[in-house]
Amino acid sequence: MKVVVCIKRVPDTETHIRISETGTDIDTRGVKYIISPYDEFAIEAGLRVKENMEGGEVSLLTVGASEAQETLRNGLAMGADKATLLRADSYMDGLGTAKALAVELKNSNAQLILFGVKAAGSDQQQVGPMVATLLDLPCVTGVSSFKFGDTVVICRREIEGRVEVVEADLPAVLTITKGEYEPRYASLKGIMAAKRKPLEEREASFNQSGIRIEKLSQPPTRGAGRILEDGPDAVPELVRLLREEANAL
Amino acid sequence: MARFQGIDFYDLDALFSEEERMIRDTVRSWVEDRLMPIIGQAYHKHRFPTELIPELGELGVLGANLPEQYGCAELNNVAYGIIMQELERGDSGVRSFTSVQSALVMYPIYAFGSEEQRTGWLPKLASGEAIGCFGLTEPDFGSNPAGMITTAKQTSDGWLLNGAKMWITNGSMADVAITWAQTSEIGDVKGIRGFVVPTDTPGFSAKDQEGKLSLLASDTSELVLQDVELPDTAMLPGGSEGLKNPLMCLTQARYGIAWGAVGAAMACFDEALSYSKERLIFDTPIGGKQIQQVRLADMLTGITQGQLLCYRLGRMKDEGTMTPQQVSLAKRANCDMATNVAREARRLLGANGILVEYHSMRHMANLESVYTYEGTHDVHSLILGQALTGISAF
Ligand SMILES: Cc1cc2nc3c(=O)[nH]c(=O)nc-3n(C[C@H](O)[C@H](O)[C@H](O)COP(=O)(O)OP(=O)(O)OC[C@H]3O[C@@H](n4cnc5c(N)ncnc54)[C@H](O)[C@@H]3O)c2cc1C
Repeated sequence: MKVVVCIKRVPDTETHIRISETGTDIDTRGVKYIISPYDEFAIEAGLRVKENMEGGEVSLLTVGASEAQETLRNGLAMGADKATLLRADSYMDGLGTAKALAVELKNSNAQLILFGVKAAGSDQQQVGPMVATLLDLPCVTGVSSFKFGDTVVICRREIEGRVEVVEADLPAVLTITKGEYEPRYASLKGIMAAKRKPLEEREASFNQSGIRIEKLSQPPTRGAGRILEDGPDAVPELVRLLREEANAL
Repeated sequence: MARFQGIDFYDLDALFSEEERMIRDTVRSWVEDRLMPIIGQAYHKHRFPTELIPELGELGVLGANLPEQYGCAELNNVAYGIIMQELERGDSGVRSFTSVQSALVMYPIYAFGSEEQRTGWLPKLASGEAIGCFGLTEPDFGSNPAGMITTAKQTSDGWLLNGAKMWITNGSMADVAITWAQTSEIGDVKGIRGFVVPTDTPGFSAKDQEGKLSLLASDTSELVLQDVELPDTAMLPGGSEGLKNPLMCLTQARYGIAWGAVGAAMACFDEALSYSKERLIFDTPIGGKQIQQVRLADMLTGITQGQLLCYRLGRMKDEGTMTPQQVSLAKRANCDMATNVAREARRLLGANGILVEYHSMRHMANLESVYTYEGTHDVHSLILGQALTGISAF
């Protein structure tokens, strides 16, 4: 089966984010970039499809600046077979990204197109469903695990208070969330092999954005924690505060 | 605590290749996710975390700089060093395991072994399916292995080994012991040979060294060889230069230790720095006090110097120009630096610093072994002194 996993290069979730002087972007100096963690679930899911079916191909696709080649190579090191970078140098919103991806995916013959449920860092949760719409394919979001029937994919979604099982005709678009697919470590041999795998960079066929970021600012700093007395004597006060101040009870 | 982000004050990242950085990040994540949650308990219980061995094999860190044809990752030496740094950021015991397996067991089999020994052992050692140890030191011969009294006598169809080895890392859990023995007169440095000894050979036994206060998450054992009969093929055929051969292995291992020590120091500094910002005493963080700032500045200076030494040493090793004396300088300097950083970090942490929940005292205790093995600090002083003056002071 041919699987395409769409991934995004994002600042490391451990990075301390600073706002750049323009006030509309983050300060990228000293920032380490990673594959968005949800996209790592998607890569893992794709690799397992290939392993379980003992065949097929997992390719990676991203829209971004040339630096995203490094991100793709990280995914190749995990075990994907090949990668394509659609270069877009200016900011793209969800729809712009989806359009660029859809042009590429249209003739890809992919049976399964995987995304992370959202990109860490921007949290928009748009691109997967938009790509599905543009390609007129069924889309299942927030999938924690899936398996295949004859011509369908059967997805498990863990939603508020229940588990939903959804069946979608293939080809399909899935967005993957934390669940079954704990991402593997890239082995050191995999890292060395990644250098030799095909990685293509092309101009994205679409690079426009209908949305502009007006302003970025730091969230308010969290106040310091408070320590009540030690031991059981502190419990009544703790319960009172949880009820009256934190409204947690 | 937040995930470990490394210490890189001089932007060495800019000098590493993309693969070297990826390897670093992978091993760093593995240490964070798999080793850090259990290392405190393992140390406390005096237990090497054997459950992690298959994962180390799968990651590809065992014998990582040896060729792919033997199941290894065939990385360059800088990447190999980075692995050692990241593992020792976790614990010196886990780095020691990996160093011994890679530099003291796989390296001699690769460098001095027959093709049969290579194909027979290296893939299993790379995957972690087999574990190896290296027996050079003896109860009465530490810094002076030339005097060893473990003997190998030629028999009609092979060899007969007798003797004892002391302080042997991985000794009790090993499947194979690279054992160095005298085949000629005691004291003849040219007569020392290496043997590949399967540990299930009759007459071979190993016993845990009890009573350690350092490197507790590591197997340190005594080996006894009593009339151990080996076939001709057990000798490492390429190791015909006597004591020089085990010393070549030590150069490989010392190279890794120079990097590893920096990793341990980074862990201690990282812990001390974050603690200094959080711990309020006299109403301000202790990091706001001049004394602690001097401490932190000294630690960072030592770490940065150590990193630069390793980086340059690694590039020279990859170019094939590195000398054993340069390795001695780095092993000596970085172990000394790391023991100091660990001790100062422990002190900065106050009483918490003596707990196993924090890492500095574990590193501090571990590093006393690292300072001692593979040539003590003093021995490396003498190696450098001899190189400088031409006069041996051993
Ligand atoms: C945890 C641990 C693991 C080890 N693992 C292994 C292993 O896997 N395989 C192995 O073969 N060995 C191993 N060793 C042994 C280690 O390499 C030796 O302990 C080391 O070489 C020192 O030998 P020694 O302990 O006999 O000390 P000695 O040689 O007795 O030294 C005692 C003191 O004298 C000093 N000294 C020695 N010679 C001189 C001199 N000429 N001039 C001035 N001072 C001198 C030393 O610096 C030291 O301070 C391990 C040791 C430890 C602690």
